[in-house]
Amino acid sequence: MTLALFIEQLLNGIQFGVMLFLMAAGLTLVFGVMGLINLAHGSLYMIGAFLCATVALATGSFWLGLVASLAGAAAAGAIVEIVVIRRLYDRDHLDQVLATFALILIFSEGTRWVFGSFPLYLDIPAALQGAVSLPGGAQYPLYRLSIIVVGVLIAFGLYLLISRTRLGMRIRAGESDREMIGALGVDIRTLYTVVFALGAALAGLAGALVGAIQSVQVGMGEPVLILAFVVIVIGGIGSIKGALIGAILVGVVDTLGRILLPNFFELFMGPSQATSVGSALASMAIYILMAIILAVKPQGLFAAGSQ
Amino acid sequence: MSRETVINWALALGLLAVPFLALMQGEPFYITLATRVAILALAGVGLNLALGLGGMVSFGHAAFFGLGGYAAGILATHAFNQEPLFAWPFMVSGSNDMLLIWLVAIVLSAVVAFLIGLIALRTSGVYFIMITLAFAQMIYYFAISWPAYGGEDGLSIYVRNGFPELNTLDPIQFFLICYVVLMACLFISARLRDSRFGAALQVARQNPERLAATGIAPFNIRLVAFVISAAMTGLAGALFADLNRFVSPSMLSWHVSGEIMIFVILGGVGRLFGPLAGAALFIVMEFYLGGITEHWQFFLGIILLCVVLFVRGGILGILAGRRVHG
Repeated sequence: MTLALFIEQLLNGIQFGVMLFLMAAGLTLVFGVMGLINLAHGSLYMIGAFLCATVALATGSFWLGLVASLAGAAAAGAIVEIVVIRRLYDRDHLDQVLATFALILIFSEGTRWVFGSFPLYLDIPAALQGAVSLPGGAQYPLYRLSIIVVGVLIAFGLYLLISRTRLGMRIRAGESDREMIGALGVDIRTLYTVVFALGAALAGLAGALVGAIQSVQVGMGEPVLILAFVVIVIGGIGSIKGALIGAILVGVVDTLGRILLPNFFELFMGPSQATSVGSALASMAIYILMAIILAVKPQGLFAAGSQ
Repeated sequence: MSRETVINWALALGLLAVPFLALMQGEPFYITLATRVAILALAGVGLNLALGLGGMVSFGHAAFFGLGGYAAGILATHAFNQEPLFAWPFMVSGSNDMLLIWLVAIVLSAVVAFLIGLIALRTSGVYFIMITLAFAQMIYYFAISWPAYGGEDGLSIYVRNGFPELNTLDPIQFFLICYVVLMACLFISARLRDSRFGAALQVARQNPERLAATGIAPFNIRLVAFVISAAMTGLAGALFADLNRFVSPSMLSWHVSGEIMIFVILGGVGRLFGPLAGAALFIVMEFYLGGITEHWQFFLGIILLCVVLFVRGGILGILAGRRVHG
């Protein structure tokens, strides 16, 4: 394998990881602050993608679509929080899993009702088409590179938001002692809605950005949701830093595994057998990674405080 | 007899009555529907042991359900093609004998559950939910990418596996097999619940420190319960494969884990007959909503959401009242 191919795949892995981070950040915030498992997070990702595709198709502008997906997913998140999620905070995880599983059914089937079963397609905006040259002579799509940049900027923005602003202070306080900050006069219900909407907006953004690379269809959120859960469990639930590192780790291991493992097995066996063994192992690689990490550190790599 | 016992009898006899009524009405389709209820209820009975009694929220029971299904599918395929499963170090051939297939499904699920449990039970709470999900996904993706047994397309069982002295192709006889297995597992569950082991398992859920203080390690108790729970769900998987005469990776998908969990919660967590009530209601809703609108999942979601939000304790909670702790 050439160096150029390796760098290209590494960048693909990082791009995938950054996208997973956008999903995982919301999940881990919601779990850290409200103690809630939200399976319906993937639905917000799907909503973001559908809104972006629809608005971009109607207006011809990807950027308007992106704004619509951010605003729409945040609004959908806020509504869901007020109508349903709010009632689940003091329930056990079992009820949360079931209720948000029901939300997935509602969102998926609702979207299919409105948009039909056919996938929508979203074009990469003109300004981001084309490719850049990488060291080693490879060409890498500009759009994928910009996703990495957006992801890194958002990770940095989230870091500033949480460590430097008043809202971030309240979020951190909410993570460590829910009752206490309520007693100190912080409007905790609004805080929860804001955190949930923030997570939803990030998921919507991820959906819109990925929508231009893949097709936009019902059920697109579910594989990503499961991976995002793997990410936050590896990183330690409630930790943004853990989510970032976990996301990059999962993205890179998954992408490189698919390329490297079949090549690796060709050293011992015939090509077709190597491909099947390698690809079977590659698709399991991140789950194996997660099992190993949890077996060694049952609370994940960067567990946030003692929950 | 307590109210719950009356309801349990009504559920057991009700399920038994459906296929015979269907036969009299000349609607054989309902026999298949009742068989489906019995098999999925069995998967729920398995999960209920871990979830209801042991408090282990396993979001990966589809793994065992699917493993049971693949045990049936793979053995039957080898028997059909008359190829040995493997020839070394000793000859093992396929089989289309249900009893043998069940044994393989149970042992396979139990061994895998033992290995998963060794790692997963070190964690608790949401980490346990996620690690069981991760293991199930691991097996799911393995089944998809392993081409030998159909990969993503699944595996057809051309002739339903046989049971000594019975004709399994007759819907009523196959239903009775599933029904008897379900009742046997319910009986085992009840005996386990009331045994010393069951008491220890419930204490492991309520107060593990206290259990440890009496000299019983909660980890071991949980592990054994997890293995038994998986074995029952695996058996259900083998029956489900025979019902559909088809296995595919979709039996291993996390939707199935979610559905098995729904049966348990809908019926009432920790109630002996909860999974049967839950599976019956779920399948009846699926069937009738599916007949009314193609977007039945939307309404199913709304109904489920309302059940979680407003009906605590599930169907048996409504019918039999809150559980009385003896």
